[in-house]
Amino acid sequence: MSEYKGVMVYGEVTNGKLSAITTELLGCGRKLSDDLGQELCAVLVGSGISGLAQEAIAFGADKVYVIDDPLLKDYQTDSNVLVIEKLVKQVMPQILILGQTSIGRDLAPRLAFRLETAASMDCVELAIDPDSKLLLQTRPVYGGNARAIFTCESYPQIATVRAKTMAPLARDASRKGEVITIEAGLDPSVIRTKVVEKVSEEVAGIKLEEAGVVVTGGRGIGGAEGFKQLEELAKLLKGAIGATRPPCDNGWVPDGAQVGLTGKIVAPDLYIAVALSGSSQHMSGCSGSKNIIAINKDPEANIMKVARFGIVGDWKKVLPAFTEKVKELLGG
Amino acid sequence: MEGEIGIMNIIVCVKQVLDPEAPPASFKIDPSTNKVVPPPGMPPVVSTFDEYAVEAALRIKDAQGGKVTAISLGANLLRDVVKKPLSMGADELILLDDEAFAEGDSWATAYALAMAIKKIGEYDLILCGRQAADWDAGQTGSGIAEILGLPSVTVAKKIDIVDSKARVERVISDGYEVIEVSLPALITLSNEHAEPRYPTLKGIMAAKKKEPIVWKPADIGVDPSQIGAAGRRTKMVKLFQPVREGKCEIIEGESPEEAAVNLALKLKEVKIL
Repeated sequence: MSEYKGVMVYGEVTNGKLSAITTELLGCGRKLSDDLGQELCAVLVGSGISGLAQEAIAFGADKVYVIDDPLLKDYQTDSNVLVIEKLVKQVMPQILILGQTSIGRDLAPRLAFRLETAASMDCVELAIDPDSKLLLQTRPVYGGNARAIFTCESYPQIATVRAKTMAPLARDASRKGEVITIEAGLDPSVIRTKVVEKVSEEVAGIKLEEAGVVVTGGRGIGGAEGFKQLEELAKLLKGAIGATRPPCDNGWVPDGAQVGLTGKIVAPDLYIAVALSGSSQHMSGCSGSKNIIAINKDPEANIMKVARFGIVGDWKKVLPAFTEKVKELLGG
Repeated sequence: MEGEIGIMNIIVCVKQVLDPEAPPASFKIDPSTNKVVPPPGMPPVVSTFDEYAVEAALRIKDAQGGKVTAISLGANLLRDVVKKPLSMGADELILLDDEAFAEGDSWATAYALAMAIKKIGEYDLILCGRQAADWDAGQTGSGIAEILGLPSVTVAKKIDIVDSKARVERVISDGYEVIEVSLPALITLSNEHAEPRYPTLKGIMAAKKKEPIVWKPADIGVDPSQIGAAGRRTKMVKLFQPVREGKCEIIEGESPEEAAVNLALKLKEVKIL
């Protein structure tokens, strides 16, 4: 296995920029490759993305492979598996890391099976074992109730990384690196899927993942009406609205508002959790928040154990008074 | 595949897991075995996302006819639990039930399921939950597709069969994309899909009478070294419960309203506001 060397990051592009997760992966990958004393490379796949190679270097990559082809405009499983399989066989990295995103979730397992190796999904910590030099892959399991550390002895060791768990490096435009263009060489007939359309359900206002304040409601809010009150507070604090799974499944809020293991991962400065119990699945999506405030009528609820401040009481009485006072304090 | 597909053969993979709704306080790990201790008095259940996969299969069957075969893998599977797809309306249940299947990773599990599906032979669609509620890996579906050489679409919220193809709404972070995929294909389902139906009394009675088909490793032509714990490609070094730090300061008041005011003042004081 000694012919395998280096760390590879699968980069993602959103709205013509490197995604936040990609800069986080580069930060994490830099550390892993330095620990191994090896190179860090990134791969960018898409259409019209070659201009971003320099950006990946500024965030820590030594080399950037660019696979730019109109056929790669939309993410599709078949085309991405093929081009990355080819690149991995050529570059032979010891480690390949991707984001735990709708792309990484789809691509990593399929790629791992194709390359006859294994992937660990949704890792929150990655480190090099000082003795074996294997990648120690720590990931939450059992809905966040436990964590497990995995190793894999076949190369490349593949892991996806949860958003907001790794720190990006400061952007340094003076960093030098090499950009290598790779031909996709795709035969369109091997792509067995077709993206017919993309439907955006983005809620107006601040993006949930980027908000500094998130006001989240749970099952106890009871309906869409209740969420209007949460919205008022969120607006006041220039924040976004979040929800646990039941309000989304019941249609009180759009699915995109779901925070948790299978929803969005947020890490705001202030997370106000209203009428939610704090299940492990939900906490998976918000445990990185700097300050969690809980409003819940059950003093034994799990959220009370993880919050910094809490009020035990009926949210219908607490929230309007809280919103009113916050308005006054911010105004004054 | 040419022309219309009439009756669809649909296979749904369903996993028996410890009840994920069990209170977090009841969750325990036995450090001597690196295993989770089942919470007392909480029987296992069918993994939540797999119920959505069963629902998706039944909706296709309802719309155009078809046969739904559920398949579960494990050791000592509880019949009352794994028969749930039958009570919801599935036609057949196949169990890969043997100690040799236990403790596998995504690779070992996907391999055994893929071999069983090969043995079933006829299928237009294979459905799985997006991830299991215990290990949360979300790899088995894609793995099965890769082993069988099928196209896959993950994290779906809706499936329509149109002109011998599946039209799938796939959940992405800011909405969804509509993907058309040729059949046969493998699709994984998410909780954004329509809610799973409750079993009817008639369904429960029918499921009680129906005997599942049980296959052992030899029945699907796999060597015990390729499945279960022996077939793993990943090694679990450690399983542990993260320590929850921090102590919550409860803000009091004469009334809920007063507590709310005090909370706002406190947040101002510690400069969170």
